[in-house]
Amino acid sequence: MRLWGFIVIGCAAVLGGGCAGNQSALDPAGPQSTGIRDLFWLFLGVSIVVQVLVTAALLPPLRRRSASAEPPPLVPEEASRERRTTLVVGGLVLLTTVILAVLMVGDFLTGRAAHATYADPDPLKIKVVGHQWWWEVNYPNEREPYKGVLTANEIHIPVGRTVEFSLDSVDVIHSFWIPNLHGKKDMIPGHPTTLRLKADRPGLYYGQCAEFCGHQHAKMRLTVVVESQAEFDKWMEAQNRPAPTPIYASQKRGLEVFLTSSCVMCHQIDGTPARSRFGPVLTHLASRPTIAGGSLANTRGNLAGWILDPHAVKPGVRMPQNNIPPADLHALLDYLEMLK
Amino acid sequence: MTPANPPEVRRRRRPTAWNATAVVAGALAVLTASCEREERSFRVSTPSADATKSVRVTDLVPGPAGPPPTTPNGYEENAYALAQGQTLYNAYNCNGCHAQGGGHIGPPLIDDQWRYGSRPEQVYATLVQGRPNGMPAFGGKVPDQQLWALVAYVRSMSGLVPLDAAPGRLDHMQGAPPPHSIPTTRPVNSRSQIIPTPG
Amino acid sequence: MNPTTATTSSAAGVGATAGDAATATVDVRAALTPDRADELLDRTWRHRPGLIGWLSTTNHKDIALRFIVTALAFFAIAGLLAAAMRTQLARPGQRVLGPDLYNQFFTTHGTAMMFLFAVPIMKAIGLYFVPLMIGTRNVAFPRMNAFAYYLFLFTGLLLFGALALNVGADRGWFAYPPLSGPQFGPGKRPDVWTWVISLTEISALVGAVEIITTVFKQRAVGMSLARMPVFVWAQLITAFMVIFAMPSVMLASSMLSTDRMPTVNTHFFNPAEGGDVLLYQHLFWFFGHPEVYIIFIPATGFISDMIPVFARRKLFGYTAVVLSLIATAFIGFGLWVHHMFSTPVPELGQGMFTASSMLIAIPSGVQVFCWIATIWLGRPWIRTPMLYVLAFIVLFVCGGLTGVMTASVSVDLQVHDTFFVVAHLHYVLIGGAVFPLLGALHFWFPKWTGRMPSERIGVVAFVLVFVGFNLTFFPMHQLGLQGMTRRVYTYLPGTGWGPLNMLATIGAYVMALGLIVFACNFLVSCRRGRPAGDNPWHAPTLDWATTSPPRSYNFRFPPAVRSLYPLWSDDPAKTPVVIGLQLDRREVLTTTVMDARPAYRYELAGDSLLPLFLGVTVFLTFFGLIFHPWALPIFGGASGVILMVWFWRQNTVEKVHDHPGEPPGPVHRQRPRQ
Repeated sequence: MRLWGFIVIGCAAVLGGGCAGNQSALDPAGPQSTGIRDLFWLFLGVSIVVQVLVTAALLPPLRRRSASAEPPPLVPEEASRERRTTLVVGGLVLLTTVILAVLMVGDFLTGRAAHATYADPDPLKIKVVGHQWWWEVNYPNEREPYKGVLTANEIHIPVGRTVEFSLDSVDVIHSFWIPNLHGKKDMIPGHPTTLRLKADRPGLYYGQCAEFCGHQHAKMRLTVVVESQAEFDKWMEAQNRPAPTPIYASQKRGLEVFLTSSCVMCHQIDGTPARSRFGPVLTHLASRPTIAGGSLANTRGNLAGWILDPHAVKPGVRMPQNNIPPADLHALLDYLEMLK
Repeated sequence: MTPANPPEVRRRRRPTAWNATAVVAGALAVLTASCEREERSFRVSTPSADATKSVRVTDLVPGPAGPPPTTPNGYEENAYALAQGQTLYNAYNCNGCHAQGGGHIGPPLIDDQWRYGSRPEQVYATLVQGRPNGMPAFGGKVPDQQLWALVAYVRSMSGLVPLDAAPGRLDHMQGAPPPHSIPTTRPVNSRSQIIPTPG
Repeated sequence: MNPTTATTSSAAGVGATAGDAATATVDVRAALTPDRADELLDRTWRHRPGLIGWLSTTNHKDIALRFIVTALAFFAIAGLLAAAMRTQLARPGQRVLGPDLYNQFFTTHGTAMMFLFAVPIMKAIGLYFVPLMIGTRNVAFPRMNAFAYYLFLFTGLLLFGALALNVGADRGWFAYPPLSGPQFGPGKRPDVWTWVISLTEISALVGAVEIITTVFKQRAVGMSLARMPVFVWAQLITAFMVIFAMPSVMLASSMLSTDRMPTVNTHFFNPAEGGDVLLYQHLFWFFGHPEVYIIFIPATGFISDMIPVFARRKLFGYTAVVLSLIATAFIGFGLWVHHMFSTPVPELGQGMFTASSMLIAIPSGVQVFCWIATIWLGRPWIRTPMLYVLAFIVLFVCGGLTGVMTASVSVDLQVHDTFFVVAHLHYVLIGGAVFPLLGALHFWFPKWTGRMPSERIGVVAFVLVFVGFNLTFFPMHQLGLQGMTRRVYTYLPGTGWGPLNMLATIGAYVMALGLIVFACNFLVSCRRGRPAGDNPWHAPTLDWATTSPPRSYNFRFPPAVRSLYPLWSDDPAKTPVVIGLQLDRREVLTTTVMDARPAYRYELAGDSLLPLFLGVTVFLTFFGLIFHPWALPIFGGASGVILMVWFWRQNTVEKVHDHPGEPPGPVHRQRPRQ
């Protein structure tokens, strides 16, 4: 009875967590993840039945248990019971084999279905490159290369369109994973690879790096926005524009601070002389919902704290502490906030 | 006389814990030097940026010559900082002129010829101030902590840091073995040395 | 020289009085009483008193107990690391452990648990009981056994000492390059890891050779392979798996080391120079998957040994169980890519590994069904070890079912490298290996100490461990499905993972409390437990035919067996034994491999300090390699010198007493080669 109680408590605890979530494999927003979720329910159903049966099989013998303190006498063998048990066990093994075969076929069919997108001749191509500890996102435009979009830590996808991600890494192994949309794919230096998926439900989802990549593996997150084609086109067009020219004096001073202090060593802003690609590109920083690899909300206060001391948020990142005087910092923030 | 029962094999209390402690103490004594090498301090107070004040460009001094004031660079024995220096060296395109230490447009860094001195503060001054004929001034652009990491890495290229802290090879195409794995030799007939350095 | 076998009754003794036992020239056989025999044997087989004797012992029981105690100490430390990790993860955004320390903690926890606790303790229990169960006096290579222990001890001290000095391995227990490579793994931390791996693998390989040779060559007369206990079969199969799997990880870690060494500078895992990062993963997991079966199969041996005792009948389906173990071992080598489903390996290959990963559930299922059938056909006798057995069946089935889920490529692509996998691996490793281990420790405690453990404290400990374990790891299934990846030192509050993590942390504390109570049970019962007899559980195997604790020589006369359950089928007073082996030399009887017919007598090596010296020099070889390649020729050379001394053959010619049936005169005696 104790056993049953704990199983029930355990299941309640688990189910109390719920299925919904914007980083959850159990809340699919696309056909691939839906297929996987359904397959998982099949496996889970079979597993629950098997677990219950195996646990229940232990109960009837326990009711005949001996309560003696000394070793009870041995139970003699009976040939007919042995034969019957052999048949039962044989049958159970056969049943196990059949169940496993069914599950295997289920897996095969799900994998086949997930690959349906590979028939699509014109996917949206996005190149994602893993860095320690941020995502470089590139929308190449083959016909008009100057219209390619370069951003960081954020992906926008139109609803219902096949997307093909080209995945690579510049340093260590990372893993590209958006639970609501599909399984993960490792980004291995020397093994560039692709992942195709489709999103059916608009919304904001999160991805996360799923292969241990160093100090800030825990905070290497990705914001994924699934939106209508019209909104997507509007976003692409906005991203294509270079950074706006500063208007107010504080913004001009902010640009000057950016270009004359250490920011320019690592960060690119299109439309300014800052061209370094060591760190994330900041051309449209203010349009992003998060900063710091998806781990901080993009607010003025957070941005100020991040600039002054990144190690307070993500100890171990490559971005150094920056001793910027307060007036300059405010000017810099004014400038960064206009980068929509 | 035979005993009525065979003697019990008495099991002595094994002082296993004490034996282990003794071995651990010995190992600690040996390994104490590793503490500094493995420290990962993400925010450190670096040697003062005023270190450039102690940089000399000549050996001529009034009065008796004492040992030159040096600024020790705590990063020199820290493997993490040396690796950071290696990353920054590649990120900030020092390769563009110095290659991987072999030199091209700029002088090589893996030999023991130092035009402007090899002491930490002298290398720091070189990075901060720039030098004639093409070395940019990184002061004000590269933060202090990164500058000292670069100083340590540049000195490591010439074999001036302990071997166990020196960074390993890059996951890159290799033109040559890592600089600190080959002995540094003085080029023959070279007259490019301006300041004799104690090393 | 055939030793004679004869039935002897222990009550009657052999021969007349032994009043002149002190006289050396007396014909031993004529005046041999059981007490006299015991005295001579004890003098021959026990180690010298004092520190030197303690360090130079080659008695398999002493060494096995040291292994067990040391492995449990490492288990405790690694468990404390886990408790610290759970404390850090209890709430989002905590700062109990920073990322650097957390990385060192989870790496050391994983490495220590897998290499320094799980494999060694399973092997150690085997080293203790395999010679007893097969009726011999010691393992085949006693000095090598001692060497394996010393190497293991030093390696554990290296790993934990490194952690204490901030040089702890911090790249995960499988340390993938390029993260562990020369560019992204600065300092000596990954080097500590790679050489710890090599050292533990040498220790494991040595143990495997030990088990295989002992089992094949030193079984009791009449113990054919079909009459060998399942426990011994499990140890034998595991030993074969070790021999095939361990070299792969030694190769991977050595290649990683040479990549990292600046003076060697290889490019095995450097894609820019023609190397391949995936090569490491293949080599590692070719070892890594059999490794978990190396841990699990001995645990199934414990279960198959305990269930007959607590179901009061013979194990159902002996042949099926043994064949399942062999099948598991074979199939276990064909599964490794299921750890790499998210890497760019060809999809047809992925499908094949899905099939083989599901296939291995069948032999495991056969075993589970046979165990349940045994319980069903017998009459369960509930004592603490049986509680652990029952819990094992439930928990292992749960872990195995989540394993079948992760065997499917599609599901695995969502749950790989998340807390779902953490939950799965702990269900199979703790539920499937540690629970049988705890039951086995409880079961064999009377044999080791001569006292019974407290049943009440045992039940309390069991309940705490069982509840705590499930409370810790069951919520992790949900966490993984909700997107929580592994090896994260913290998580954001907005993810909503806080409550389940808090539940898991509470469970971890409960489980830790249960383990502490378990340990207290043993510490208390050591002194105050009820004295146990030779066979308090009325178990059938030969290990229970010895005294509690067994004498240094195990059996007064090596038994012969006529069935799979000797103590249940024969009257103990009428057990056939082998007489005629020397009592004043460390002599064992070797038998043939298949049918265990007597073959010849073999003298085992005596006590020696050489294993300690060799352990030190081999350890220093690999320890020095962390810092400089010169350590290899220097300390390797020293090891070579010690090995030369070790293997030096010594011929001595002695007169021996004439025995009827033997040719008279001097007989060449050779110190056996190791």
